[in-house]
Amino acid sequence: MSTAEENPRAAAGERIADWADGRLGIYSLAKANMRKIFPDHWSFMLGEVSLYSFIIIILTGVYLTLFFHPSMNEVVYHGSYVPLQGIRMSEAFNSTVNISFDVRGGLLVRQIHHWAALIFLAAMFVHMMRVFFTGAFRKPREVNWLFGFLLFVLGMFTGFTGYSLPDDLLSGTGVRFMEGAILSVPIVGTYLSMFLYGGEFPGGDFVSRFYSIHILLLPGIMLGLVAAHLILVFYHKHTQFAGPGRTEKNVVGMPLLPIYIAKAGGFFFLVFGLIAMVAAIATINPIWAIGPYRPDQVSTGAQPDWYMGFSEGLIRVMPGWEINFAGHTLVLGVFIPLVVFPLVLAVIAIYPFLEAWVTGDRREHHIADRPRNAPTRTAFGAAWISWYFVLLVGGGNDIFATHFHLSINSITWFVRVSFFVVPVLVFLATKRVCMGLQRRDAEKVLHGRESGLIKRLPHGEFVEVHTPLEQGDLHRLTAHEQYAPLAVGETTDENGVERRLGRGEKLRAKLSKGYYGEGNQIPKPTAEEYEEITSGHGHH
Amino acid sequence: MKKLSARRRHPLAAVVVLLLALAATGGLYAAFAPADKAQADTAAQSLNIDEGKKLYDVGCASCHGTGGQGSSDGPSLVGVGSAAVDFQVSTGRMPAKQPGPQIEKKANTYSNKEISQLAAYVASLGAGPGIPSSQEYDPAGSDVAKGGELFRTNCTQCHNFSGEGGALTNGKFAPDLEGVSAKHIYEAMQTGPQNMPSFPDTTMPSAQKKQIIAYIKTVNASQSESPGGLSLGGLGPVSEGLFAWIFGLGALIAVAVWIAAHTAKAKKS
Amino acid sequence: MSSQDNSPEEHLPSEQGAHGGAVARKDDPFADPGLPPHLPRIQDIDERAARRSERTVAFLFVLSMLATVAFIASYVAFPIDKIVYVFPFGHVSILNFALGITLGLALFCIGAGAVHWARTLMSDREVPDDRHAIEAPPEVRAKVMQDFADGAAESGFGRRKLIRNTMFGAMALVPLSGVMLLRDLGPLPEKKLRSTMWAKGKQLINMNTNQPLRPEDVAVGSLTFAMPEGLKEENADFQEQIAKAALMIVRIQPDEIKNKRELDWSHQGIVAFSKICTHVGCPISLYEQQTHHVLCPCHQSTFDLSDGAKVIFGPAGHALPQLRIGVNGQGNLEALGDFDEPVGPAFWERG
Repeated sequence: MSTAEENPRAAAGERIADWADGRLGIYSLAKANMRKIFPDHWSFMLGEVSLYSFIIIILTGVYLTLFFHPSMNEVVYHGSYVPLQGIRMSEAFNSTVNISFDVRGGLLVRQIHHWAALIFLAAMFVHMMRVFFTGAFRKPREVNWLFGFLLFVLGMFTGFTGYSLPDDLLSGTGVRFMEGAILSVPIVGTYLSMFLYGGEFPGGDFVSRFYSIHILLLPGIMLGLVAAHLILVFYHKHTQFAGPGRTEKNVVGMPLLPIYIAKAGGFFFLVFGLIAMVAAIATINPIWAIGPYRPDQVSTGAQPDWYMGFSEGLIRVMPGWEINFAGHTLVLGVFIPLVVFPLVLAVIAIYPFLEAWVTGDRREHHIADRPRNAPTRTAFGAAWISWYFVLLVGGGNDIFATHFHLSINSITWFVRVSFFVVPVLVFLATKRVCMGLQRRDAEKVLHGRESGLIKRLPHGEFVEVHTPLEQGDLHRLTAHEQYAPLAVGETTDENGVERRLGRGEKLRAKLSKGYYGEGNQIPKPTAEEYEEITSGHGHH
Repeated sequence: MKKLSARRRHPLAAVVVLLLALAATGGLYAAFAPADKAQADTAAQSLNIDEGKKLYDVGCASCHGTGGQGSSDGPSLVGVGSAAVDFQVSTGRMPAKQPGPQIEKKANTYSNKEISQLAAYVASLGAGPGIPSSQEYDPAGSDVAKGGELFRTNCTQCHNFSGEGGALTNGKFAPDLEGVSAKHIYEAMQTGPQNMPSFPDTTMPSAQKKQIIAYIKTVNASQSESPGGLSLGGLGPVSEGLFAWIFGLGALIAVAVWIAAHTAKAKKS
Repeated sequence: MSSQDNSPEEHLPSEQGAHGGAVARKDDPFADPGLPPHLPRIQDIDERAARRSERTVAFLFVLSMLATVAFIASYVAFPIDKIVYVFPFGHVSILNFALGITLGLALFCIGAGAVHWARTLMSDREVPDDRHAIEAPPEVRAKVMQDFADGAAESGFGRRKLIRNTMFGAMALVPLSGVMLLRDLGPLPEKKLRSTMWAKGKQLINMNTNQPLRPEDVAVGSLTFAMPEGLKEENADFQEQIAKAALMIVRIQPDEIKNKRELDWSHQGIVAFSKICTHVGCPISLYEQQTHHVLCPCHQSTFDLSDGAKVIFGPAGHALPQLRIGVNGQGNLEALGDFDEPVGPAFWERG
């Protein structure tokens, strides 16, 4: 790589690039990626929202560490916010109030940091659901699905530890809840609690411990995962929706340089700009109004940030079961929600593997499904979301009670029942809707689109003119694959000996039937059907 | 109309119809939703009796008993004092319109003179806290920060950290404190209306009540400062979460749609 | 999954052709017509439109520059404590508002300019790019397997079992040092959670006035919070102590108290219950003086204070502990001992 020497008159930029290539080998990297193709679809940009809010959180977070004191030493407040003058508080709370009132722009950065955190989690959630409903988790992207899922879970805990740092009355209540939850763990609960808090709650340690977890441990892991996630996105190339010219073997879109550099790079500024404006107009976590934490004080409406809301719902609607035996207490009323909490998330995380097992499909998939064309998956996802939202309602039951003039007890009972019932109903309803949409697609393919024009035939009959679809649309609506249900085959072999079917195989066959059997998907129109109709009696 | 029928089958027609239907439903609801004003108690209003006992016999005795001894429908008023009468009647809570989980405030139908007559009558039934004078409840000059600490110890558990109110059991609730006069806050602490416990002077001296009022007036008034911008109801993470989803993520998705949309072509293909 | 062998793949849809069209039929009516022809935008054919776009982009970038200047000006000009009414946001800090809006605008305009540039002036020709299978071709796979086998054989890993086993042992043990190092994160629980600061003879101190409570101070229907005598906000362990000792004092007409022990442990209807919820430890104190119910604001556990504070709703597993109280020689309320059970959330050793 001695291009520079050979070509002394090359432009300065070129010479720098040559220098770098001689040391880093950047040209082979650029060859593969500079004109990388990305398909255009708004839902493909949700991951970017997550990425950019993550970067914004890191930038603003570094700024906040310059002023924040992660210490629980007690001080008396003498800053400029009058309603707290002379109140005892921890240094953590004191420095957070100072950031808000005595550092110019500190309040803005705090609010950007917190708003970006809420949006980060929300964007990851929606991004994950986009991947789920389009089946973009299928081979070869299962590992990247898990990376993304891990990022969501780690984001939740990074958010929770950050939310607890100011040591205010609201977050302190959350930390107290965490203590209670840890205490409920059989056998080791009290030990874990003592070790986490450095003694009895609240102790003088949790802020500094959460601080290192919040700014170093978890974000460090997340940065690594984000890098891996992005490398895999580049390596796999993006999925795309079916359409004319779009196949499993290609990706159609516009090149990274210049279009996506400009669009994605510009999007970063748009995200940052919008979040800055949100932080300019709306307060978040006004800790000065909430007050410093004291274990004997509390405010009603004590909720965690939204991403922890479903766990709050679990704990609120759980009946108070407690078993005492042989000098020990099993606190099921707290421990069951603590166990169900990760399960709620795990259900959606492992779904791709379940589906892969049912279909037995080992091919790569790069064409994203339309949700309607995978009714069982879509119904499952919708049911999961409804489950999650039922729990969110449970977590905000007191706010819902006051704002909709309902009884908090009725809402709690509603959530207790809905926890089991709503996902089932949503599953059934979504599946029906998907099939209806499939039927409509089939109809459109066979009969064309209803134009709304009514024609009167010579003999007096009125007919509506149907416009036939263009070739591209015909292809798009029929490009999806349809699986046939798994055939178990004969249960007896040719010699009449019963063939042993494992329980797993039986279950798999049953699931496959539920996925792809008769009545669980609408067969897409065949070429014969199409020809019969189009050649037979024109289109109407 | 021809145009309309031609577009009836447009792929977006369903969306448009749905939006129109939603807008119409919302509009109708807004138009027909029960207004939050109580009907004037015409019975009490039409009578022009200026004596407390007579007012009492008409407006109160049916529930609280003819001598204020109470009944199954209302507690005894012996010893509640004139402060309780002033609070209950001038906030419109009494006379109650109908039984429910909680009797809510509504337009007051009594004149100040009538209220003082009623209060004098009830006070004569047994000694109780009197209507406070403005020196007692006027928060001017009180220590706001101390009031904040007292507020967090005694009040926030029901009324929320900035006095926005909160839920209690079975449909009862602690009301929002915005716009409640200093006198009424004082009387409520003094007498404990309905399910609110009382905070008598023996356990919370008058000066501390004033500090609490000073704090409420600082953090929960229409003029209250909210340095960071919209206070989002002062409700904490639930409203913040909704705002982040709807306006934060909503705006970002709108931007994403713009970025990914195809630029208009020169002529329609 | 071992499904490969015993489940034939014929239920899978037929493989599609390289260019998306089904390979089964030549005259497939649903065949992929291929990429549609590229149509020009106005900007591609009309230089004036392109100029307009150029000006729009440049305008956005200039606006961003101006916003940054405004940001700096706001930073310098507005005092940090100035509150201004801005419709419809309320009485806000003008510094926060101005900084946020100008910063937001400066960033947003850069983004909007770049995107508008990309959308209207850069080529919008869609191009296909071929995909390649993620998994390696068989010869590469065979080579890797062979390399690994060679490497493993050369190491003698499989042959010299002693080395292998001792290495596994050493690797398994070494993390124990790390676990040991965590031991001093905190003390052992011992009986710390079983007792509070309350003891016989400790007076009940009103948290509002810091004075001892007298029975005549506590009216029926009132709510008062108390802490043990000797506990001061300035104490180093105030937070840990109050987290267990916080007390809620109410007075109920003795004939309304349904639980005999509660009445015995009260003083003329004055009852003292732990303020710490038995669910997960929130300070529970939403007392309804007519129903005598007390509600936890965190998870809505509801206790009946007129019936031994038993749980009547919500996720708490047991009643609030009651503190036995009496009156001392000076006529002040005092504790007659510590709680007879641990306060706060339940735990394994609680029993």
